[in-house]
Amino acid sequence: MQIRTAITAALATTALVGTGLLVGSQVSLLPVAASTNAPPYDSLFRVLFSIGTILFLGILIVLAYSLIRFRRRPGELAEGLPIEGNLPLEIVWTAIPAVVILFVGIYSYDIYDRMGGMASLDHGAMQHQAMDHGSMNPTQMDPTQLADGIEASAERIWGGIGSTQAYVDQTGDGSEASAAVPPLPVEVTAMQFAFIFHYPDNDITSGELHVPLGQPVQLRMQARDVIHAFWVPEFRLKQDVIPGQPTVLSLTATRAGTYPVICAELCGPYHGGMRTSVVVHEPDDYLAWVTQNTPATTA
Amino acid sequence: MTVADPSALQPGLQPRGWLRYFSFSLDHKVIGLQYLVCGFFFYLVGGALAGVIRTELVSPIADFVSRDTYNEVLTLHGTVMIFLWIVPVVNGAFGNYLIPFYVGARDMAFPRLNAVAFWMIPPAGLLLISSYLLAGAAAQSGWTAYPPLSLTTPAAGQVVWILSVLLLGGSSIFGAVNFIATVLKLRRPGLKMMQLPMYCWAMLGTSLLVVLSTPVLAGVLILLSFDIIAHTGFFNPALGGNVVVYQHLFWFYSHPAVYIMVLPAFGLVSEILPVHARKPLFGYTTMVYSIMGIVFLGLIVWAHHMFTSGTPPWMRLFFTIATSFIAVPTGIKFFNWLATLWGGKIALNSAMLFSCGFILNFVFGGITGITLAQVPFDIHVHDTYYVVGHFHYIVYGGTVFVIFAALYHWYPKFTGRLLNEDLGRLHFLLTFIGFNLCFLPQHWLGLNGMPRRVAEYDPAFTTLNQLSSVGALIMAISTLPLLLNVVVTALRGQSAGDNPWNALTPEWLTSSPPPVENWHGEAPLVTEPYGYGHTPAESGR
Amino acid sequence: MTTTNPSDLRSQTQPDEATPSAHAEHQHHDARLFGLATFLVADGMTFAGFFAAYLTFRAVNPLPEGSTYELELVLPSINTVLLLVSSFTFHRAGRACLADRPQACQGWLAVTAGLGIAFLAGQMVEYFSLPFGLTDNLFASTFYALTGFHGLHVTLGVICIAVVTLQSRRGGAVSASSPFGLEAAELYWHFVDGIWVVLYALLYLL
Ligand code: HEM
Ligand SMILES: [Cu+2]
Ligand SMILES: [Cu+2]
Repeated sequence: MQIRTAITAALATTALVGTGLLVGSQVSLLPVAASTNAPPYDSLFRVLFSIGTILFLGILIVLAYSLIRFRRRPGELAEGLPIEGNLPLEIVWTAIPAVVILFVGIYSYDIYDRMGGMASLDHGAMQHQAMDHGSMNPTQMDPTQLADGIEASAERIWGGIGSTQAYVDQTGDGSEASAAVPPLPVEVTAMQFAFIFHYPDNDITSGELHVPLGQPVQLRMQARDVIHAFWVPEFRLKQDVIPGQPTVLSLTATRAGTYPVICAELCGPYHGGMRTSVVVHEPDDYLAWVTQNTPATTA
Repeated sequence: MTVADPSALQPGLQPRGWLRYFSFSLDHKVIGLQYLVCGFFFYLVGGALAGVIRTELVSPIADFVSRDTYNEVLTLHGTVMIFLWIVPVVNGAFGNYLIPFYVGARDMAFPRLNAVAFWMIPPAGLLLISSYLLAGAAAQSGWTAYPPLSLTTPAAGQVVWILSVLLLGGSSIFGAVNFIATVLKLRRPGLKMMQLPMYCWAMLGTSLLVVLSTPVLAGVLILLSFDIIAHTGFFNPALGGNVVVYQHLFWFYSHPAVYIMVLPAFGLVSEILPVHARKPLFGYTTMVYSIMGIVFLGLIVWAHHMFTSGTPPWMRLFFTIATSFIAVPTGIKFFNWLATLWGGKIALNSAMLFSCGFILNFVFGGITGITLAQVPFDIHVHDTYYVVGHFHYIVYGGTVFVIFAALYHWYPKFTGRLLNEDLGRLHFLLTFIGFNLCFLPQHWLGLNGMPRRVAEYDPAFTTLNQLSSVGALIMAISTLPLLLNVVVTALRGQSAGDNPWNALTPEWLTSSPPPVENWHGEAPLVTEPYGYGHTPAESGR
Repeated sequence: MTTTNPSDLRSQTQPDEATPSAHAEHQHHDARLFGLATFLVADGMTFAGFFAAYLTFRAVNPLPEGSTYELELVLPSINTVLLLVSSFTFHRAGRACLADRPQACQGWLAVTAGLGIAFLAGQMVEYFSLPFGLTDNLFASTFYALTGFHGLHVTLGVICIAVVTLQSRRGGAVSASSPFGLEAAELYWHFVDGIWVVLYALLYLL
């Protein structure tokens, strides 16, 4: 009897874990992966999904089993067993989640590191210059409320993802994505209710983001009025754009195409409409786009 | 500080009958029910606001209400549901009703303060929902009121919002002081802490969180109001201020706030399960420790709401780890509840159905919570519908389900009558289906690119949004059987007797409804509130 | 019938030793000071929030050119001494009250209130002599918010002292046998003092 219970439990656990792993490896709930950051993200997602499935199904099964097996039949007045606890058992189910959590934590740290999340932010900040706000002023805000003070601390980078280098090194697939290529700087200005992209190297200003395939890009972001957030679901990347606190976001696109850029921080009545596109070009097409759009004076 | 005056408790000085529910009553049971009914009223208000949101989102364009109104509605919805429904009911209503029974007292430690705390709520709530009339516009910056947005939206509405939240926070602090004093100081002689029903521990932990974190919210909102009214620049970057400091202080309160909303629910479930499973609560001691562990960890994880807010890498890392570890004490509680059910004699009545629904929903929300705690994961889904799904699984699927379970469980105590079981099961079924239909698809929406707090969205997401709105409609319908149940029960409900569930916790050892000072004679000393199963099943007659 | 029945619990249910009302009164006395202390913890957290905000601003948001964190130290230091002495005089008032010497108690209370008022007056003088106004810069705003919030607490404390003094007259609510009102005011006053010491260290000395 004891042995049979043990075997049943072992089999059930194996089946459960197997199901979880299977489900986790099969799910595709995410949009297409279009940056170097996306594949590690997706594997983290699959791991978490597996663990989650195992946990949820396990609890669902135990709960459903208990409700059926131990239900009180009509007219029955008997009591349950007077068991008040079981220390070894409780230690086990404290230890197992702790170990799983530890594993998840270490694993996601690794992913984060591979995304370049642990790279120093100042690295990217070195060439950063205060942006020129004089040329554009489409904001509807009360100008007395938020004025020039925003640029006061422009040198300092407050947060974000500093570099994609670490990860680019590891992919090793395309030679053009090697660490030697310096990141392409793009200045991003967010305002109610638009993103403006400025390419300091060529003095291009655009309402759409254009990036070359496989080359690291560094977005240097500032907000004019309130907090916004730059989000491209296909890149699995998001960063708040904060007035007075410049942030950076580094990425390398890996799949040509057009993807949405979405504002993800409530910024006013037209927040839902604050979106544009990012176009990932083949390197040659990108060069063509640059030539086409470079202002005559600098060209 | 309000001073307890024993003579004020004399029944003769209090109005009688239904009128006392509209009076400045000092009876903890009256106050508890005042909290409950008042909270339920605001639940209906908040639900109507949710209806507006889901109607707007039936189509991908902003066509139902104006964009400003939409933001007002979502701000009011969040504020009403949190500060006027969940917190007052799961703390104030059940806390006030049950805690004095559980510690063997005749009332709370400070009855007058208690009444004051309750009577701050209706004016604050009415102030909030009438801000349109008072100020011409309601707050539009979400329940989080992040500056600088909250400094640039219509000022009067935002100030009314701040005022109202300050009042509600004050009420919550007064309540917490009272709970702590009652549990620690008013225990009947001979009753040890480790013999208290679990809900007392839950309320003690919750009240600690309230006392330690709510004042910080009050402080930061006062600073915010200075920025709006006096044009200081604390959170105004144009004046050299720092918007992220606001977020830190806000979440220093508002993460604990999520535990303020759910710990009491944990406590209530711990009371309900043993009664209907006829088994002792499994692992009492570890349950107590895990509550205190959650309280401690809950205070040091706030920045997981700010992973994309320009937080430095070390901070992202620390808060990932601290947040993940909350899963351990939380997990203990769930395993202990399952172990409580295992081997019991389970009556699957409405109270039990809602409790089991809570377990499932909360586990789901907890799992998505763990995923959100991982920085790299959260960077993608932060501020999307995935987060909306997560916290509704926790707050609605968790706490609101428990409130309903508690209603079915304690209604006979409140009124002496049993709620109708058939209507109760229908209520559960509709709520469970509607809830999952409404919030499950939102995870997919978030993962695929729908941000939260938008009135318009990518047409590719239309079908799932419509599904979600149908779920919301079912949830709205699901309140009808509940309301009908209350009416039917009032008209010709089955008399419950004093203790219809044969429960052992002290509130059941007096008449239903209980007399004014709770016991006809001495307060009983209950040292084994979960002493079920002591009569072996086999020796049954 | 095998279901555990509450009436079987008689063994666990023993009569109360003390009469309920006597018991309740005794408990209430304890609980009130305890409740006040809990409330003061909450109040202290409000200050903690302000302090945290102030320190963060100071650490990460540089002041604009020409502004400074330097403050005149003489007046605030005198004020600090006044408050510390007032804590001592309040303590003496409490002792006098317990020793059933209401006259002495009222005397010490008057001295305490006087010190409190002197502190507030000093604060006002400082406000009017400062080179910056509320909205001049982040430090100025934080300075006024913190000292103002503390000043409100002192004002409330002075009012409490006045009330307690009235109550401690013969036949009043505060006496050697029921010192709660006085003890509560004293606890509060010490708390406000303690906050000031932290505030002084962080705002003036740092
Ligand atoms: C297992 C434990 C939990 C973990 C690990 C967890 C984790 C998180 C994280 C990381 C976020 C931030 C997501 C984001 O904005 O990007 C979040 C949001 C939220 N969580 Fe949880 N959570 C847990 C349990 C709870 C509980 C118990 C509640 C409430 C009773 C709750 C309510 C909320 C709410 C309301 C939000 C959203 C706040 C907002 O942005 O408006 N969570 N949770
Ligand atoms: Cu936006
Ligand atoms: Cu949180």
